Amino acid sequence: MKINVLYFAQLREKFGIGDESIVAPVSVHTVRDLIAHLSSRGGVWAQTFDGSQAFRVAMNQEMIELDTPLVEGAELAIFRPVTGG
Amino acid sequence: MTAQSTPRLSVAVQSADFELSREYAALLGHDRGIGAIVAFIGTVRDLNLAQDVVALELEHYPGMTEKSLHKILDAASERWSLQGARIVHRIGKMYPGDQIVLVLTASAHRGDAYEANSFIMDYLKTEAPFWKKEWTPEGPRWIEARDSDDKAAARWK
Repeated sequence: MKINVLYFAQLREKFGIGDESIVAPVSVHTVRDLIAHLSSRGGVWAQTFDGSQAFRVAMNQEMIELDTPLVEGAELAIFRPVTGG
Repeated sequence: MTAQSTPRLSVAVQSADFELSREYAALLGHDRGIGAIVAFIGTVRDLNLAQDVVALELEHYPGMTEKSLHKILDAASERWSLQGARIVHRIGKMYPGDQIVLVLTASAHRGDAYEANSFIMDYLKTEAPFWKKEWTPEGPRWIEARDSDDKAAARWK
């Protein structure tokens, strides 16, 4: 499955990239699976997703929960809780 | 009671500053059904967590930001009787005293405009994809979300 992933604010700076196209392994079905896949890269990826820091996920520009199934070709954005206003 | 027309709802995400009087006049328009307009303006403070804030930078998620602001206005107009509402949110670099955000709500009676305005700000702070970075003499740091903002949004559930 191909997913376009976007990173914003703190996460963009931490990972050193704003977006990437990921071809996820067949075992990846939900957002949670994809996060585990990213976490397996180790380093800042593992550290960011080790459960100590809150993050939010939007798929096709709608906020979603971790158990949401991924959609082929989706735009997935991962970021820290928002701080506008 | 007069028939309720569709409320006029609009959003703007821009780096330019906004002018309250102009926004107010545009929202009021020729709608004589409006009896109350509430305006909220958020500005840049020079102090946050006891550091001197030199500047503030606002990042957002183009596309989703506008969608999420529209969603918040739709939710507010379903809940309260509004004649119109507008959100203007700035992005980019700002300095202490600068305006960041404007929320205008218009209704026949003040109760709806007051409550809807508060609701819109509470949801904007927890749902709209904006991130603030503070520039201090020690360098930049991202602002962390506050539990109190989540609690403020939760009170409308």
